[in-house]
Amino acid sequence: MPINYYIFLSIALFAIGIVGVLTRRNAIIIFMCIELMLNAVNLMLVAFSKMHHLAKAGTVATAGTDGQLFVFFIMVVAAAEVSVGLAIIVMMYRNIHSVDVNFLNRLKH
Amino acid sequence: MNITHILFWFLSVLAVFSALMVITSKNPVHSVLWLIVTFFAISGHYILLNAQFLAIVNIIVYAGAIMVLFLFVIMLMNLNKSTEPIKHRWLQWAGAIAGLCLMLVLVAALKDTEIKGQAALVNSGDIGLIKNLGRELFTTYVVPFEISSILFLSAMVGAAVIGKKE
Amino acid sequence: MNNSLQLAWLIPFFPLLGFLINGLGRKSLSKSLIGIIGSGSVLASFIVSVWVFLQVKGGNTFDAVYFDFISVANLNIPFAFKLDQLSSIFLLIITGVGFLIHVYSTSYMHEEKPEHFGRYFAYLNLFVFSMLLLVMGANFVIMFIGWEGVGLCSYLLIGFWFKNTEYNKAASKAFIMNRIGDLAFLIAIFWLLLKAGSVSYNEIFTTATLDKLNGTDKIAITLLLFIGATGKSAQIPLYTWLPDAMAGPTPVSALIHAATMVTAGIYMIARSNMLYSMAPLTLNIIAVIGLATALLAATIALKQNDIKKVLAYSTVSQLGYMFLALGTGSYVAAVFHVMTHAFFKALLFLGSGSVIHAMGGEQDIRKMGGLNKYMKTTHLTFLIGCLAIAGIPGLSGFFSKDEILAGAFAKSPILYGIGLFTALLTAFYMFRLYATTFRGSFRGTHEQEHHLHESPAAITIPLIILAILSVIGGYVGVPEFIMHGAHTLKDFLAPVFAESNKILEPHELSHSTEWLLTGISTVLIVITVAYAWSRFSKKADTAEAEGFGKVLQNKWYVDELYDKIIVQPLNGLAGFLNSVIETKVVDGIVNGVGRLVSYSGRQLRWLQSGQVGAYVLLMVISMLLFFVFQFFIRK
Repeated sequence: MPINYYIFLSIALFAIGIVGVLTRRNAIIIFMCIELMLNAVNLMLVAFSKMHHLAKAGTVATAGTDGQLFVFFIMVVAAAEVSVGLAIIVMMYRNIHSVDVNFLNRLKH
Repeated sequence: MNITHILFWFLSVLAVFSALMVITSKNPVHSVLWLIVTFFAISGHYILLNAQFLAIVNIIVYAGAIMVLFLFVIMLMNLNKSTEPIKHRWLQWAGAIAGLCLMLVLVAALKDTEIKGQAALVNSGDIGLIKNLGRELFTTYVVPFEISSILFLSAMVGAAVIGKKE
Repeated sequence: MNNSLQLAWLIPFFPLLGFLINGLGRKSLSKSLIGIIGSGSVLASFIVSVWVFLQVKGGNTFDAVYFDFISVANLNIPFAFKLDQLSSIFLLIITGVGFLIHVYSTSYMHEEKPEHFGRYFAYLNLFVFSMLLLVMGANFVIMFIGWEGVGLCSYLLIGFWFKNTEYNKAASKAFIMNRIGDLAFLIAIFWLLLKAGSVSYNEIFTTATLDKLNGTDKIAITLLLFIGATGKSAQIPLYTWLPDAMAGPTPVSALIHAATMVTAGIYMIARSNMLYSMAPLTLNIIAVIGLATALLAATIALKQNDIKKVLAYSTVSQLGYMFLALGTGSYVAAVFHVMTHAFFKALLFLGSGSVIHAMGGEQDIRKMGGLNKYMKTTHLTFLIGCLAIAGIPGLSGFFSKDEILAGAFAKSPILYGIGLFTALLTAFYMFRLYATTFRGSFRGTHEQEHHLHESPAAITIPLIILAILSVIGGYVGVPEFIMHGAHTLKDFLAPVFAESNKILEPHELSHSTEWLLTGISTVLIVITVAYAWSRFSKKADTAEAEGFGKVLQNKWYVDELYDKIIVQPLNGLAGFLNSVIETKVVDGIVNGVGRLVSYSGRQLRWLQSGQVGAYVLLMVISMLLFFVFQFFIRK
């Protein structure tokens, strides 16, 4: 598969994620959009890893492994992030009875 | 147009469409379900790229654990119907336009990169197999791996502390 | 490099060492030790100076180069000393007279507390060090270091009794007036660097280098140097600091304001004689200013009642004489007069110090009188000093003054006439001073009369030595017409002024003319002396001055004039700057910057809305702009 296809697909997913973050105000949906963006990046990394593997196929047997391990670590971090983030959202809902980020304008103070 | 191409296009269209549905659904529960569909599409891409380990992990961790957590929280808060009041309409339009502009800029910038002639190896290559990744992970990347376990521990503690009622 | 004169660095080194020891140890050293270190260091450099002088006399002139002082691109200024006939003479004067004054000071300043005593000797040693640097330097930059050093020491010593506000003001006045001259000197150095490309005497004062300068350059540089000299050597218009400088201790007046520092200007012009000889216009200006200063100061001295003020104005007047000599091209006469003047003026100042000491700090001559009965040695030496400065034949002043007047006559009889008139005034006011102080009857209080005493040996011995020098000092320059080949000073200095004499081609007066001139001046001076002596011995000049005398007593109101035309406008300008520029412009800018920041802060505050969505939007837009810039514009 030409690498361009993967690049454009990832960009599309990433941009959808951004638009979601910018337009939605439900904190959970925003969180989900962030996960979507992370996945777009993951897809990109795996595609690049395979591209690299193809380019170095004859010489280095393990070429491209790094990219996939990177994805693995991103998943690890994402899982940790989600557990903490959702705890924060629950906390927020418990305090202000809403998950609308527009009520979170306390950053001003 | 062999089976690989057909699968690629099908999965791509599925991923983009379900991603769009994620951000357009009024009901958060629908968003979660569409996001799971997206993750499955992306996992399909991984399989197509012969990265079976990541495909499985993606389904187990994301579609399985994380999305269930999301669903759980949404259900817990009883947010299954849209409660967003329409305010700051211009901000939403500005956000949409900015996101589209970013996409255009990135596409315009990356369509002529020096790697555009290269291809990703599909259907073959064994670096994505759990054996190879595992060897690499527990030799070269053993320190980050251990550190990530500490990260998990602290995230666990953090979630417990935050979620605790004061 | 194997010349033994390389050791000349010892000359300024000893006083510097003395300065450091006395300055740092002033609180712990005893008075006698401070006195021994202070005087001993100068004595040591005097001994080295004598050795250097003998070497130079034997024909061994030398430029001792020590290290690179400033070395930038084409500019190379070495730290070097020039040891030739001119500097060796000055070295002898400075260290010799300086040593006597140090010895004198050990007794004169004995009343001071130990730490002030140490401070005094530290300053004095630093002064001698600076003066030696000034004289020995082989280029204008080294000279300038010494030049500034003596200015600083002068300030410190005039304001030595710093608890008195008036003294501090006098010190500031001296310093500021010197600064005006220093600025001109500095500009002259830069000008020389620019046009001649060097500041070393050896490189500048050659026909090849001087030919690179055009007429304007020569006149401008010489005039600027001369302005520098007027500051240091107290000539019109920068002379008013010197009489005020009498605020310092009397030995300081003797050392700085009579014998050495004020001769720096003379030395500088004598050193640059070749340059000056090529600028006849400047020479004429120098002659006129020197003569005007001599006359003006002499008239003021006629009516002063402070013993030190009279001597101060006579110093200004004698310095004017030296500049007259320089201006008429008689450089040898100028150096000669510097030397004899150093002897008799130091003698007179130290004598007056002895008198003041005996009078318990009284300086007004109207309250003295008849002191010859109480202070035999002081009286006798003071009389010798007066006779020498008046120009009585046989004493040193006669020879040098006569040579200056002869040089002036060769240039123009008018200069000679005014010069002779000034000499008569000098004789008159000196013997007014002498007769009022030492003759007649005592006019002070009974208590003072009881207190009168001869000063101790540390004071009288320097007086005696200086008196002897004042008598015999003139015999190194016996004029040609009296005894052929007896002007040893002229022969000694001949190499220094050889080039100038080629350029100027001085007129030689016939011997009969010289006899005539000398005869006239001698007769007139003797008559004046006799008149002043008899008049003021009988009845002292104690009446309040009236009419023209009042103008003279108030120094022609020059200080008041300066105050009106310079000080007050400057104060007004400073007030204007303070009230308008400072408050409106400077404060306005400073406050304006503050207001601008707080205003823009208020205007930018809406950006911090606290809305997370707005923040993310801004972040995305910034990223967008960054990408656009990175990928499309920077290419």
